[in-house]
Amino acid sequence: MSAAPPAPLAHRGGQPTDGGSTWTGRLRDRIAHTVPPGQALPDRQPAYVDSWIYVFGVATLAALVVVVGTGILLAIGGAAWWHTSSLGHFVNSLHLWSVELFMAAMVIHLWGKFWMAAWRGRRTLTWVTGILAFLTSIGTAFTGYLSQTNLDSQWISTQAKNGLNAVGVGAYLNVLNPGQTLLWHIVLMPIAVGIIALAHIVLVRRHGVVPPLDAVDPRADRAEAVER
Amino acid sequence: MHPALSASSPAGNYLDWGVIHISYTNLGIIAVMLLLFVLALLLPFPKATDLRPARVERADDEREDRP
Repeated sequence: MSAAPPAPLAHRGGQPTDGGSTWTGRLRDRIAHTVPPGQALPDRQPAYVDSWIYVFGVATLAALVVVVGTGILLAIGGAAWWHTSSLGHFVNSLHLWSVELFMAAMVIHLWGKFWMAAWRGRRTLTWVTGILAFLTSIGTAFTGYLSQTNLDSQWISTQAKNGLNAVGVGAYLNVLNPGQTLLWHIVLMPIAVGIIALAHIVLVRRHGVVPPLDAVDPRADRAEAVER
Repeated sequence: MHPALSASSPAGNYLDWGVIHISYTNLGIIAVMLLLFVLALLLPFPKATDLRPARVERADDEREDRP
């Protein structure tokens, strides 16, 4: 006699359960337990988050949304559009200045988290993904400068070629090839930044916002006691 | 050739101090970022209307094996 089929999710109160032997079930449970209940989009935060230094992380994220949005518009219009039309100039400028704000906010966020020792309380992976997001963003901005299709991008590419060849990167990324640099800029690098940024945000929601050094964090204290 | 396009035209004003070679524009941007960082630490944050006690405890407390 065959085993009874599992009850539909609705019969289990809509709650995530043991995924069992199916990959969809295991994946469902993994997603459901990645972030503690109610922490995916929380409506309250610890009191110490009431500080301007905690604003720069979400400011970075807001700037990234504008960067991606204006980048999509630039991809739709194309180089001739952003070089010759007033609206294209405007969107091009929005793309540039949102990147400037993105990088500035991210660096201030980095300073704040560094001096806060934000890797405390089992947040190492959160810190590492933040650093990876920073480094990947530099690469994305660099390929963006190479994709302007103007004298500036030509000058930067010829200067960068020597440097990248000197460290062996030139065999994989030819910065004098505008087709390759444009595809890296609008496909590969945004995918990489998006995945890393998403992982970073999920880890922040999973482990919570790091408290200041002088704040009481029972969770971190317990974790350090376990390690000792 | 237009004077602005000639190779001899200056690309900007630079600070040369030992090994440091940086345009005054970039130096100014870094100074503004440092100022923002200091202000973010010093300026009081506007109080929210909801002042319920902070909850530091996390639901993953029981699962210490997480990365």
